[in-house]
Amino acid sequence: MTPEGIRREVSAWLDEKWRVDRPLIEWREILLEGGWAAPHWPEEWYGRGFTLDQTAVVAEVFRERDVVPAAQVGPRGLASETILACGSDDQKGRFLRPILTGEHTWCQLFSEPGSGSDLAGLSTRAEFKDGKWIVNGQKVWNTSAHHADFGLLVARTDWDVPKHQGISYFLLDMRQPGVEARPLRQMNGHQSFNEVFMTNAEVPPEDLIGGEGNGWHVAKTTLSFERRGFSRRVRGSSLDGPKQGPIYAEYDEELRIATEPYTWYPQREGRVDLVLPRARETGAIHDPATRQEIAKLICLYTGAKLASDGAEARRKAGTTEIIPAGSIGKLAASVIARQASHVHTMISGADAMLSGPDSAADGIIAEVLVSVPAISIAGGTDEIQRNIISERVLGMPKGFRADQGPFRDIKRNA
Amino acid sequence: MQTEFSKEQNLLRDVVSRALRDKSPATAVREQMASDRGYDEAVWQELCGDAGLAGVHVPEAYDGAGGGAVELGIVAEEMGRTLFCGPWFASAVMAGSALLEAANEPERQALLPGIADGSTIATLVLDDLNGPAGVGGSIRAAGDGKLSGTAAMAVDAHVADLLLVAASGDTGGLGLHAVEGGAPGLGVEPLQVVDPTRKLSRVAFADVPARHVGDVTREALSRIWDRICSALAHEMIGGAQHLFETTVNYTKERYQFGRPIGSFQALKHRCADLLLEIEIARALTHHSARCLDAGEGEPYVASMAKAAAADACMSAARAGIQLRGGIGFTWENDTHLWFKRAKGSEVLFGTPAIHRERMMTMLEGAA
Repeated sequence: MTPEGIRREVSAWLDEKWRVDRPLIEWREILLEGGWAAPHWPEEWYGRGFTLDQTAVVAEVFRERDVVPAAQVGPRGLASETILACGSDDQKGRFLRPILTGEHTWCQLFSEPGSGSDLAGLSTRAEFKDGKWIVNGQKVWNTSAHHADFGLLVARTDWDVPKHQGISYFLLDMRQPGVEARPLRQMNGHQSFNEVFMTNAEVPPEDLIGGEGNGWHVAKTTLSFERRGFSRRVRGSSLDGPKQGPIYAEYDEELRIATEPYTWYPQREGRVDLVLPRARETGAIHDPATRQEIAKLICLYTGAKLASDGAEARRKAGTTEIIPAGSIGKLAASVIARQASHVHTMISGADAMLSGPDSAADGIIAEVLVSVPAISIAGGTDEIQRNIISERVLGMPKGFRADQGPFRDIKRNA
Repeated sequence: MQTEFSKEQNLLRDVVSRALRDKSPATAVREQMASDRGYDEAVWQELCGDAGLAGVHVPEAYDGAGGGAVELGIVAEEMGRTLFCGPWFASAVMAGSALLEAANEPERQALLPGIADGSTIATLVLDDLNGPAGVGGSIRAAGDGKLSGTAAMAVDAHVADLLLVAASGDTGGLGLHAVEGGAPGLGVEPLQVVDPTRKLSRVAFADVPARHVGDVTREALSRIWDRICSALAHEMIGGAQHLFETTVNYTKERYQFGRPIGSFQALKHRCADLLLEIEIARALTHHSARCLDAGEGEPYVASMAKAAAADACMSAARAGIQLRGGIGFTWENDTHLWFKRAKGSEVLFGTPAIHRERMMTMLEGAA
């Protein structure tokens, strides 16, 4: 279908169905029935089998007309794509619909205090007893877990096989006595994540996804969607400016809750945009040493953008070269953020000791200084990215490993 | 504006790359760097006389191939990769850019065809190689057109048939003057250099007869500087890539403690960081040539490229020595040849710090 054809069809449908005075869930039920909630999904599951580019056209029309889309923001997108890719028909039937309507929110239960970079070294235990899975263990860095209805859980079900083979993947009901989510406070003062404690939490056998012992494969599916920034590409969620109509109030509240954990994310990227304005405002723009560092930052920022655009163009042109754009881009983002933080410090001088409303840029600069350390850790540390680049792009040999053989025998954190 | 290389440009790179691998192996580099002239005249004839590599950026009206900064950059990059020894940079890049930006039309018609086909070896003589602001401080053109003064360093002047000299006139304005090699009063004294693959001479003028070929406004000098720096950045990117590839390969072959040293994270991480630094510098460098050809983009684009490429090339050179360990510090190993070129190119036409300050001046005004 051509973009123009898609535009015509979705516009005609919206002319007939879209109204701002419907309750949010009711509207999304209509959206699902019409097949416009997730056009890139297959036809048997609410979609139309569109490509991502075609889906983007639909999202564009929605945005232009201020139409509220299906629920997409946050970890729920990872859940729906994982279930769609690896789930049974029964699971798709039960879980996909309430994700799209926004009735259910989800969280990801992957990282553990004892296994961060080494995710496959996880030790949350799931045992099959009396017809159900009993889960015990602790997870960490769980965005939105404190209000989630369900969690994407990886847990160990076999301790006598090599570590990747003993993992299973579950769809965990968060609203049960054995699950407790506690907010986790970060060094920048925000609480964007949780710790989740599972004590004899229960999972019915029909909520194991991808088969017993196949959890690592399913987890990699989830991670690949996360890396692709999948939800961002098809989101089309942010409607500009205040809108009149009852449905917008409900939608805004949903967005507010879903995006609240991410308010400081621009600061962890270093706020390059504030460097020149701050340098002019303080007079630091005349300091030769500061000018050197600002120029380095501009080179890094401009060059990384050009390099990433070039890699994207070559990828689209069907290059055969290996471009781990994710790893290189992520490493570049860390370098840029650190240099920006360094420059902001030089510009502020002693004022960099202050934070809050009376400090520079209404506290934003202070938040930059204490948020940038996150960017080289979250989503895979710089050190892991360097391993990936050196092994997959440069073909350097893998290092010595001490985690082969049965998981039971591998040394791990107490 | 172009954001990728065209098919023709990729083809040019392949042809140049193959020719240079054939004509400029490390053994030839070692031979030429030890010679007085510093290059092989038969190879020069093949690359420039036959293949036209000195005229890729010269418009067809002056018997060139009609390309631009992008084509010039492609050749420079491949030459940097193989450490080609010869007056190509002095003649095609330096003198060629000066003529294209500052010479009047009859002089361009008279001088560019010889440069383009390699029959003339030219160079650009500047009395300051750190930045355009200092140019014209030492060499003066008298009312009768004769030049006096000294350039402390000039690239490949010892073999130049034609020296294009920037000199201050009586009224203070800068002019471009043509001097024939061997002209009376011209003293060319070869200098001892850190990088023997690029020869430098001290050039003294004692009432040397010269021909005024054009006025050089400050804007024109800045554009000449940009063209030269963009090409030099390409040359450094080629050098960085060579250093990087050979170093990574070495870490896969060298065994210590019963394993290839490339399996140690200390080395892997240094290589990954280096890849990133080179990728960013390469993107800026290719961008600079495209901007110069299109007349678009950041006004300080050549300085970004020169600063980033110089730093990346030196990082690659340092890693090239360090990751090889002791063998990397020997004369016998080739790494030092690229290291020395990297050091020379880092400071030629302005250190990275000078270019960063130039960027900021263009962006925000002087400090």
